[in-house]
Amino acid sequence: MRVMAQMGMVMNLDKCIGCHTCSVTCKQAWTNRSGVEYVWFNNVETRPGQGYPRTYEDQEKWKGGWEVGRGGRLRLRTGSRLKRLLTIFGSPVQPSMRDYYEPWTYDYETLTSAPVQEHTPVARPRSLLTGEPMKVEWSANWDDNLGGAPELTRADPVLRKVSAQVTEKLEQTFLFYLPRICEHCINPSCAASCPSGAIYKRAEDGIVLVDQDRCRGWRMCITGCPYKKVYFNHRTGKAEKCTFCFPRVEVGIPTVCSETCVGRLRYIGIVLYDADRVLQAAATPDPKDLYAAQRSLILDPNEPEVIRAAQQAGIPRDWIDAAQRSPIHALINRYEVALPLHPEYRTMPMVWYIPPLSPVVDALTETGHDGEDAGNVFGAIEALRIPVEYLAELFTAGDTARVTGVLRKLGAMRSYMRDLNLGRPADESIAAAVGMTGRDIQDLHRLLAVAKYDERYVIPTAHSEAGPGMEELDAGCSLDYEGGPGMGGSGPFGEMSGGATPIAVENFQMLASRQLSDTPATPQDKEQRVNLLNWDGKGSPEGMFPPRPEQTPVLHGPDGGGDQPGAPSVTEPKP
Amino acid sequence: MTTTTEILLWVVLPYVSLAIFIGGHVWRYKYDKFGWTTRSSRLYEDRLLRWGSPLFHFGILFVLLGHIFGLGIPKSWTNAVGISEELYHLFAIGVGAVAGFCTLVGLAILIYRRRTVGPVFSATTKNDKFMYLVLTVTILLGLSNTVLGAFGHEGVDYRDTVSPWFRSIFYFNPQPELMARAGLGFQLHALSALLLFAIWPFTRLVHVFSAPLGYFTRPYIVYRSRSQQLGNRRTARGWEQAGSTSSRRRREQVGGGRR
Repeated sequence: MRVMAQMGMVMNLDKCIGCHTCSVTCKQAWTNRSGVEYVWFNNVETRPGQGYPRTYEDQEKWKGGWEVGRGGRLRLRTGSRLKRLLTIFGSPVQPSMRDYYEPWTYDYETLTSAPVQEHTPVARPRSLLTGEPMKVEWSANWDDNLGGAPELTRADPVLRKVSAQVTEKLEQTFLFYLPRICEHCINPSCAASCPSGAIYKRAEDGIVLVDQDRCRGWRMCITGCPYKKVYFNHRTGKAEKCTFCFPRVEVGIPTVCSETCVGRLRYIGIVLYDADRVLQAAATPDPKDLYAAQRSLILDPNEPEVIRAAQQAGIPRDWIDAAQRSPIHALINRYEVALPLHPEYRTMPMVWYIPPLSPVVDALTETGHDGEDAGNVFGAIEALRIPVEYLAELFTAGDTARVTGVLRKLGAMRSYMRDLNLGRPADESIAAAVGMTGRDIQDLHRLLAVAKYDERYVIPTAHSEAGPGMEELDAGCSLDYEGGPGMGGSGPFGEMSGGATPIAVENFQMLASRQLSDTPATPQDKEQRVNLLNWDGKGSPEGMFPPRPEQTPVLHGPDGGGDQPGAPSVTEPKP
Repeated sequence: MTTTTEILLWVVLPYVSLAIFIGGHVWRYKYDKFGWTTRSSRLYEDRLLRWGSPLFHFGILFVLLGHIFGLGIPKSWTNAVGISEELYHLFAIGVGAVAGFCTLVGLAILIYRRRTVGPVFSATTKNDKFMYLVLTVTILLGLSNTVLGAFGHEGVDYRDTVSPWFRSIFYFNPQPELMARAGLGFQLHALSALLLFAIWPFTRLVHVFSAPLGYFTRPYIVYRSRSQQLGNRRTARGWEQAGSTSSRRRREQVGGGRR
């Protein structure tokens, strides 16, 4: 037994309202730079739906993850190492910009600079790649809230696995949201695909990261990851991915997506697992057994034997303590209500989900039944096979019994707790029906419904006494790094050149340069503008009014919206 | 008797170019690991790339092999194993022409793509354009030598002139008079190649030296310990952890820019 610690997350899908706050805050923190405009380390998908990038779950097409090859050996779906290196010049299986979406901004300048005309001027969308006007046809969550259904949802790879009749009903039945980040897999296929060895798993907490100095931009990781959560920065030519906000987690604060989640549906903690058995578990022949196999990897942190082995493996005492209090361990292994996303990819993902019960309860309530009565809800879970089949394709490789088991537990919890809330005697038979005790149910209810910040996030801090080196700790000057403080600007090879800049500094710089930049989508005549918030109301500062036409040709010149000299003027008044 | 021009062209220039090539790569690797990438544009466009890129890359790999054989192996060796002059040239010109043609077609597709596909064109730097120019000229000159050779226009056998000269550079006993005897085509090809080598470390061509051969021998999953350096900043002096005093080891550590 070789014990390792793994940082993980559980999301309670019943609580997700699809507000995308996690996506937006993540984007602000990590991918608000040029080159990754199209990248969302965290995205929220509406299910059923195609996902982002489109149909990423169709592994026949995208070749992500592992499969069991001849002789029961685990191998990457893209084939042997040699085959991958032979296709390195073409990298044939990889989503292109069409499958994500072409990032764009708006030509806001037209709104203020257009001359008097009959119709209100509009800000036209312009591509952030070329600066040309473009037609917006897709985005990271174009089919949000079933937008475009049923035409678009037909392409949902999960839905296609479920029978046609079920599909019909499903469209009338329900939708739910699926927030996704990198799974920080125990057996990451992106790392295995990387020819340069730049993607690595941190030995201490299992976070999967890309070494920006070693990445050479071969893009095999993008093919390798079945969740398509490794992205290519087209400006720097390097792979980037969700970092599990390691600078925050190292000092004990949750990831940005968790911190800002309004539904408080995310739980972060560590689990201890047996690294020696990972390969064996991942090679389990029947995909339906993979969920159980992965759960069997996760060790009980309260067992004296595990504690001893963990200490021998150099895991600090407070990490073992955190593993014992870990909310994700409780949800995964104690109550068994969390399920992994697509275990059939065999990467042993470590972001797990509590499947949504709400569609079932809502459907019951609509038919005039009491949706929270134990008898009704149990029956309904069995009868309403539709969502269960769909959920099973997502979370258990099609094993509906597992999903039903979880939903029954959640239903039982609601019924049991309602009795208590209404001052009625607790009905222990409800708990017994799902193999739990009343105490268990109350604990689960506390964890799912009332858990406070420090119960939802049990994050042991990094054990390094290198204080000033820490990212978010305020013990060193953030400009004090090699090559600094002259950061910013470009080296001789352009923006991607030179040593890697600390992320905080880089974000600051990017933001500043965005505000001052001359990129295709920003106005050229910035100096002619005035900030009205700073205006004291006296006189007319330079730039408040556009220059008179006879003095300067600006209004008659090329449109002010982009760097397109020679483009015809778009501000002609309509007749 | 060698003239000053000959010495400049076939002694000084090669060594300068070689020094820039080697020194430039060392410097770039130290200074700019982050910029050491293929800068793929696959994300923008893949239909043309799917054909152009493998054609070009596999073609140029064979061209490279041909150069290694042609320049590196002395004539006496092939004679010793009984390969006749005619057989050698038939083989060399045959393979060389095919490989060179593939390279050229691939390059044409790639350059056409670079010019016509909007996002790809706007991602092309001046540096890239200059490099493409030198690379194309070098390939065209090389291919024209092969083709002319095939039609018997070759004045002097390059294995008596260019190859010994090339090897003499590495013996540190340069023989410029040999190169002076080679045909104009070979001289021009060599000069443009020297220019290419001199700009090589400062262009995206550096990605040639990241050919991932280590992939065959390493384990699938790479584990690294964070313990010696936290955050992505080098630990300040005097704050290193015990046991990580060697700065070399620290540099090899995960280091910068984890994302």
